[in-house]
Amino acid sequence: MTATTHPSRRDEAWRYSDIDAVTAAWPLPAPESIVVPAGGEFRRAIVQDAGAIHQIEMSIGKGATAALHILNIGGAYGRIELAVTLHEGADFTLGAVQIGGGDQNLEIVTTVTHAEPGAKSRQIVRSVLGGTATGTYLGKVAVARDAQQTDSEQDVKAMLLGRSATANAKPELEIFADDVKCAHGCAIGELDAMSLYYLQSRGLPPAEAKKILLQAFVAGVFDGAEDEARLQALALAKLGELV
Amino acid sequence: MLKIENLHATVADKPILKGLSLAINAGEIHAIMGPNGAGKSTLSYVLGGRPGYEVTEGSVMFAPNVIPGESRGSDGALELGPDFRRGTGTTETLDLLALDPHERAAAGLFLGFQYPVEIPGVSNVQFLRESLNAQRKARGQEPLSGGDFLKLAREKAGLLKLDMDMLKRPVNVGFSGGEKKRNEMVQMGILDPKLAILDETDSGLDIDALRVVGDGINTIMRRPDKAVLLITHYQRLLDYVQPDFVHVLAAGRIVKSGGPELALELEREGYAEIAA
Repeated sequence: MTATTHPSRRDEAWRYSDIDAVTAAWPLPAPESIVVPAGGEFRRAIVQDAGAIHQIEMSIGKGATAALHILNIGGAYGRIELAVTLHEGADFTLGAVQIGGGDQNLEIVTTVTHAEPGAKSRQIVRSVLGGTATGTYLGKVAVARDAQQTDSEQDVKAMLLGRSATANAKPELEIFADDVKCAHGCAIGELDAMSLYYLQSRGLPPAEAKKILLQAFVAGVFDGAEDEARLQALALAKLGELV
Repeated sequence: MLKIENLHATVADKPILKGLSLAINAGEIHAIMGPNGAGKSTLSYVLGGRPGYEVTEGSVMFAPNVIPGESRGSDGALELGPDFRRGTGTTETLDLLALDPHERAAAGLFLGFQYPVEIPGVSNVQFLRESLNAQRKARGQEPLSGGDFLKLAREKAGLLKLDMDMLKRPVNVGFSGGEKKRNEMVQMGILDPKLAILDETDSGLDIDALRVVGDGINTIMRRPDKAVLLITHYQRLLDYVQPDFVHVLAAGRIVKSGGPELALELEREGYAEIAA
């Protein structure tokens, strides 16, 4: 994040980016810094609806809890980049949804570093992509040598509404400790034809049926979020535009 | 109500239905029985408009409001909104095969699934309310409010002696085979169709569930203005729902029709005897 020259596609973290948009925005302002003090509690909802590059560096102190919920839906190119460091016994939750249509390019890039023992991180990311949109999740979990009893999970799914949409997903683990639990799951799919037919057979027009299935696909990601109702409503409205 | 003439259909280019004809009037319950591979499920999916089931010949006309011998009340005209895509057909009759699945539902067709689909994340209540309101919209009726819908749902669940909690759960998720079929009955009760096509609704049911399903069909559908097409392997559901007509489907055609006694005969003799 501190590079002085703008990135190119050869940089792994910018490989699927809209480089023209990145170049135009370069140099980026310093990342936003969030420090959650030891024992603290932090919750934040971020809606990216204007086509911005948003970088956040977050440090979660000993025994502190932090939850970030992200809805990445707007602009031709929208990128949210997180660098999170967990200290002893800290707890981090990311719930992210990105929904893109047209030729939007949306990205969520995370580096979650378990620097000390006993910390826990959960990341759930759902992408819904139509048109010729591209949605990317690059998520690295790094576990330091003495960060034993790390518990980390990445749950990443993307739904493609057409053959011309693209999803990139790269969960990545870098583990130097030996007593850790790190799970990652990743799936890219399309709407289930039988489910769609079942809903239509009850009277729902195709677009309504698709919308319900997509709503179900992103359901749960924003549970317990700061501003949960607003996030759900905005996500639903954006899904309605895609079907 | 429903008139199927010389219906031919293929699945993945393989001919399954080969000239099936059948007429169902309002007030009647018909049972179609037949061996595995006869085309029973294909018939239900063709009537329900499932993608991949291609009709190559024949016609299916649907007149949901025509009641034989009925001179009072309804004139048999379709009760559909101005935006409904009627296609060819008359004021009383729709060309069923020209309609999309959701249009068939709005016109009054209900398809009970042999394997009801699980839809995680969507509650039964939300799904059914949106379905019913989509149907009402197509019929040019006002949508039901959340309160009115719950009242209706509670009434129907009570009628079928079903737990309202089931309606709050995600559609069919974690339901046993029997619960899924009961859930189909609740859906049928709430959507209140004119014609129900029930595909193997009795499969996977224990005796108690079988009774619930039988009661459901009798309570909701045994009325002068409604009709049922039951598709089944076995005679046992017919102990609970007495059909007016029984047909034997073999190799894509109806090979024999009769009254309720035909089902007993089939149970005794087997399909091979009868269909030969």
